[in-house]
Parts: sequence; C-alpha cells; structure tokens
Amino acid sequence: MSFLHNYIYYIGAAGLVLIGLLIILAKHHLIKVIIGLSILDTGVNLFLIAVGYIKDGTAPIFSRPDLDPGRMVDPVPQALVLTSIVIGVAILALALGLAVKLHREFGHLDLRKIKELKW
Amino acid sequence: MRTTISILLLAVVAAGFFLCLADVPFGEPKTQVGNYYIEEGRAQTGAANIVTSVVLAYRGFDTLGEVTVLFVAAFGLGAVLGAAGGKRKHEPIEPASIVLRTGCRFLFPMLIIFGVYVFLHGHLTPGGGFQGGAVIASAFLLVYLGCRERRINLTRKTWTDSLGGLAFVVIGLIGLGVGGRYFLSNFLPNGVVNQLFSAGILPLIYIAIGLKVGAELTGVVDDLLEETE
Repeated sequence: MSFLHNYIYYIGAAGLVLIGLLIILAKHHLIKVIIGLSILDTGVNLFLIAVGYIKDGTAPIFSRPDLDPGRMVDPVPQALVLTSIVIGVAILALALGLAVKLHREFGHLDLRKIKELKW
Repeated sequence: MRTTISILLLAVVAAGFFLCLADVPFGEPKTQVGNYYIEEGRAQTGAANIVTSVVLAYRGFDTLGEVTVLFVAAFGLGAVLGAAGGKRKHEPIEPASIVLRTGCRFLFPMLIIFGVYVFLHGHLTPGGGFQGGAVIASAFLLVYLGCRERRINLTRKTWTDSLGGLAFVVIGLIGLGVGGRYFLSNFLPNGVVNQLFSAGILPLIYIAIGLKVGAELTGVVDDLLEETE
C-alpha cells in the first residue's frame, strides 16, 4: 500500500498519458482523437506538477510573510505547466478548427473514409 | 486488430515509464533552482507569488514566446475557418429564454470584474494574466450563449489584442533602454512585498497579457461559434 501511496500521482499521470495515446491510436472519429490529445496533455501536466511536489508542501506564494520557504513546493514545474496549458489550448483550438474544415469538406469525420489523410 | 497492436505498443510505453520513474522519489526536493527562486524571488522581483516571478521575471522572454504561440494559433484558426476579413451572414436566431437572458446580464459584469481582479493580483495571489484572460473570455462566451443576437465588436477585439501584445514588447524595450542590460529588465521600484503596487513591471505585463489573452480567446470562441450557425 505504501507503494500506491507514494506513487499514486505518477501512476495516475502515466495512466492518463496511456489512455490518451490509446484513444489517438485506436479511434477512428476525429473528434475522439482530439479528445485523446487533450487527455494526453492533461496527463503530462499532472506528471510535471507531481514531480515538483514536496511532501506537506504549501503553494509557492508568500501570502503571509512568515511562511516557511523550506516547505514550499518547486515553482519551476508550475510555471512550465502554466505555459503548457496555454499551448494545449492553442493546439486544441487549431485542431478543432481543422476538424470543422474537414467536416465542411467531407460531411463526416471518419478517419477511415478520409483517404487524403493516408500516406 | 488495430486496437490489439495499439495496446501492445502501449504496454511497451508503460514499461518505459516504469523503468524511468521507479527511481524518482515522490515528494522529495529535486532541484536547486526552485529553492533559489523561493529564497531570492521576493528580494529580486518584489512579487509574493513565486510562480509569477518565475513566469514573468526570470523567464519573461519565454512568456513572450508563449503569447506569440497563442496569437499564431488564434490567427491560424481564423485563417483556417475563413472568417478573417470575410463577410459573415447573420441569420435570425431564436432568442434565449428570459431566465437565461437575465442571468447572463447579471453575471457578465461580475465575471469581467473577477477576471480583472485575477490578472491585477497576479503577483500576490494564485492567478495571473492567462487565467484572468480565460475568465474574461468565459464572460463573452456566456453572452454568446445567453444573449444570442449580441456579437462582439471585432475591430475593438483586434485593437485590444494588438495593443496588449505591443504593450508587452514596449515594456520589454523600455527595460532594455532604461533599466539595465537585458530585455524585460525591471525599471520600476520593487516596492513592499504583498502590496498591490509592488513587483515593478510585473503587474503591468500581466495587465497587457490579460487583455491580450481575453481578446484572443474571445476571438477563438467567436470563430468556432460562427461555424455552427
């Protein structure tokens, strides 16, 4: 049980990444593939935050001046995840725009029938 | 068949994850640089929120790149959907019910005020320009859903977007000319930590980012909603 207790965030993050990859690889509907991309993104963000966590740590914000700096979690992964979330939104918006364009072109989003995507 | 191959492939990836992560302890301090930022961040940047001082002061140039990526994505979405500059047709839409309309009118100013609060206090509390901008964009999304015949003024949106980005670059260039040797260096007094007027240029940059992100995400919502009509 202590293994679970210690590594539950890593397991959860890796699980989200794997679920996202499985959806991207196995599904045929483009919207589902985009959802898989989003889940994968969430898993990566969770993993970065979990790496930066320090046991019983507080948020790296000095909302009171007397907070102990030694107990704060690592701020660098949090700053990176802030960037990563914004990039994720940008990717999601662009992917949805391309899906709209494809739907306008073909009338459906089934990747098996859109032969122009095959190579 | 495809699913089986995918699952086999994912098993290999999962084994790779396990091999990498088995030796990484959870909940232990891992980097020196994070400690340095926590110890020195308040004295060097004046921001109580260390994440803000990392995002805007120590890695401000990266954030300029991040804003650029968001801008290019929003611009690309407009270009892909063919909405940029083109004529839009406005068909009559069935209006929302009175409950939805009243609720949307009631909540819209509050959401705007909350978004402005989040990005004004980015150097003191959790939050910042990106989060505040997202809240502001959600206020406009509420208008699109509740008061369906209302549309944002696209010219004003573009101006806010451009001026926000321009303000970021101009603040950085003033820092280069006045403050010191590098782009985005601080040229204002740091002030007292934990007060609204503190942290030098960081609140100014977050105001610029908040307006820019709010305008951009509103544009994204607008582009995607126009498609469904």
